[in-house]
Amino acid sequence: MTTGFFSSVDDVADRLAATGYLASPAVATTVFLADRLGKPLLVEGPAGVGKTELAKAVTEVTGARLVRLQCYEGVDESRALYEWNHAKQLLRITAGRGESWDETRTDIFGEEFLLPRPLLTAIRSEQPTVLLIDETDKADVEVEGLLLEVLSDFQITVPELGTIKATRRPFTVLTSNASRELSEALRRRCLFLYVGFPEEELERRIVTLKVPGLDDALAASVVRVVGALRAMDLRKVPSVSETIDWARTLLALGADRLDEGVVRETLGVLLKHQDDIVRAAAKLDLDAV
Amino acid sequence: MSRTVDGVDAATAPTTAATRLTGLVGALRAHGFGIGTGETVDAGHALAAVGFTDRERVREALAATLLHGEAQRPVFDRVFDLYFPLGHTRAAEAHGNTPAGPADLAALRDRLAEALSTGDGAALDRLAAEAVGGFGGYGSGPESDGWSSYQTLSRLRPETLLVRVRERLRAAPGTEESEFTDRLLDDEIRRRVEAFRERVRTEARRRVAERQGRDRVARRAVAGTADTVDFLLAGRAQLDELRRTVRPLARKLATRLAARRRRASRGEIDLRRTLRRSLSTGGVPVRPVLRRRPPRRPELVLLCDVSGSVAGFAQFTMLLVQALHDQFSRVRVFAFVNRVDEVTGLIARGSADPAGLGDRILAEAELTGWHGQSDYGTALGEFADRYAEALGPRTVVFVLGDARTNGSDPNLAALKRIADRARRVHWLNPEQPSLWGTGDSVAPAYAGLVEMRPCRNARQLGALIGRLLPV
Ligand SMILES: Nc1ncnc2c1ncn2[C@@H]1O[C@H](COP(=O)(O)OP(=O)(O)O)[C@@H](O)[C@H]1O
Ligand SMILES: [Mg+2]
Repeated sequence: MTTGFFSSVDDVADRLAATGYLASPAVATTVFLADRLGKPLLVEGPAGVGKTELAKAVTEVTGARLVRLQCYEGVDESRALYEWNHAKQLLRITAGRGESWDETRTDIFGEEFLLPRPLLTAIRSEQPTVLLIDETDKADVEVEGLLLEVLSDFQITVPELGTIKATRRPFTVLTSNASRELSEALRRRCLFLYVGFPEEELERRIVTLKVPGLDDALAASVVRVVGALRAMDLRKVPSVSETIDWARTLLALGADRLDEGVVRETLGVLLKHQDDIVRAAAKLDLDAV
Repeated sequence: MSRTVDGVDAATAPTTAATRLTGLVGALRAHGFGIGTGETVDAGHALAAVGFTDRERVREALAATLLHGEAQRPVFDRVFDLYFPLGHTRAAEAHGNTPAGPADLAALRDRLAEALSTGDGAALDRLAAEAVGGFGGYGSGPESDGWSSYQTLSRLRPETLLVRVRERLRAAPGTEESEFTDRLLDDEIRRRVEAFRERVRTEARRRVAERQGRDRVARRAVAGTADTVDFLLAGRAQLDELRRTVRPLARKLATRLAARRRRASRGEIDLRRTLRRSLSTGGVPVRPVLRRRPPRRPELVLLCDVSGSVAGFAQFTMLLVQALHDQFSRVRVFAFVNRVDEVTGLIARGSADPAGLGDRILAEAELTGWHGQSDYGTALGEFADRYAEALGPRTVVFVLGDARTNGSDPNLAALKRIADRARRVHWLNPEQPSLWGTGDSVAPAYAGLVEMRPCRNARQLGALIGRLLPV
């Protein structure tokens, strides 16, 4: 079952670019296939390489509705799927003192007392929908079982209401930072896309696009320095989001080219650990930081 | 994005695509990839959807449908290059198949310097094909001849082009000598040269596959992923590659440990606070309140056999534990051959030069008495006597070694004393369980006292550490 958002790989790349997302060939190809094959897309990669942004960009170009399940430790069925509105149910029980319990029960397990959470919302959605299950690896293992069920047939059973099946499949994106290995079963349900750090040329285009007013030569130098840092053995190497932050900082400082002084003073924008800063400064031949 | 890079070899187009796909899937399965029928069918649909005009799209389509993780990618890429080779390499073969002379070598090096400086991928692929064709062939009989990337690279010596490439790049318009980024240039060139070497290896494998059959080469000549290489069989280059995975692995494990720690502290239900909160829902306890246990970081002791064949395993684990040190209130590392010495300080300083760690341990620590063979009994005894203060109710001990004690007394009492004082003792043995107890291995005797687990490669180590480390 295709979602029918895109007509070709080029169509994906062109339309995403028009909203400010520059897709690598791997990204464009895989997004197209997720659309064509109607399978959920699992996007893995380090923080700050544009995984979340990709789902948002797809939403924007297709005019779809974005439904987002932000995962965290302790997220559970009642946060991900649905929940009964207990407080309201209690009020209803207290208000209807004269009724039989059977009547009350039928009533309090009806639509009106149901609180749909992202997964149910996306399944029930009548309009084209992008379902973003963000940072899946942060959720506990049990939630994976839940996702597996929902993503297998795109249907959800609420015992009191019956089975709800998607009339149109949401375009589903799961992201993961791989802090925990997701189960093999969940991976099998999905198309797999790894987004790493972009190639030099692509990153230059991203920076130029995201930081208007940045000189081309400076953009090129920025990306080269970031590339050098990524080749070093550091605790945390800079990601695309740090490249963008650094370029903005340089622009704000009015630096029109890199020199030792400006790199030394702004290295903290790229690197978050003091020992990384010390090590990188030594490798880059910067004088004492 | 370039729209039509190079298409797949014309002969590969739809008719034979199904056969190639089956071959590729078979080779990947032989490398241990779990690929089901459903995924193979998806891969077929994916190929139909993206077409064959752009080879990189074919590659990505197959990767998206057949892979489950990034660790599989290097093996996948090499296997893919065999089943879906570049279309244009055939053309290059026409003029590159005869052994070439010194003049050809000089000309090829010139063109290579140019292509490296412009970073022209298509030209680099062509040059790799020519280089293997001209300088990589050996033997003459149909049984004994072949193509060697090693021979190609040792004649071509691309690394010696550094100065020439640097000069070309500096002479390019718009570059000033005083630029800050000038200091990055040499390393950038080295990375390009390394990428070219990989192209040469790919090309040599492709030619060998043409001669010997794809299926065979895809299974034998493509090395497995570094994290599945057996610690006891890993060569120097593989250990170097492994060492580079220490930090990423440590980062992953740190996140995992943090998650386990938080989960452990989520603890039981706090009845009093749950009831108090339930007042807002008419006395019905809708949301339980959980009691939080205060965090307390454990202490870790590593006791490693660093002799001969198990040294690679010990060093990798030491570096990994060092990279994780801020997860613990204290980490102490001890090394032994037949005597024990503490090497905690050496390892803490060793992160600057991980490759030299093994040599420094052997040079600076007192690990051997009058002979150089491991003696577990003596070493455990000495540890229990001299370093008893390192053990306590919050200490978890990892012993690393193959338990091959060269015929000497295993000294079970010493291990028992260690186990009694510590909170927990885990023994990681780099040998497969079927070898435990054979020859001079006393593994079963030690395994009767503490939990012993096989740990044969980095992937297993990562999984074990993530599970066994105390939080
Ligand atoms: N290919 C890209 N095109 C445009 N912007 C990008 C791209 N990759 C990363 N970014 C930018 O990088 C930043 C981080 O992206 P984000 O989606 O939050 O990362 P992640 O979810 O992978 O941690 C965002 O500001 C995003 O705009
Ligand atoms: Mg994100």
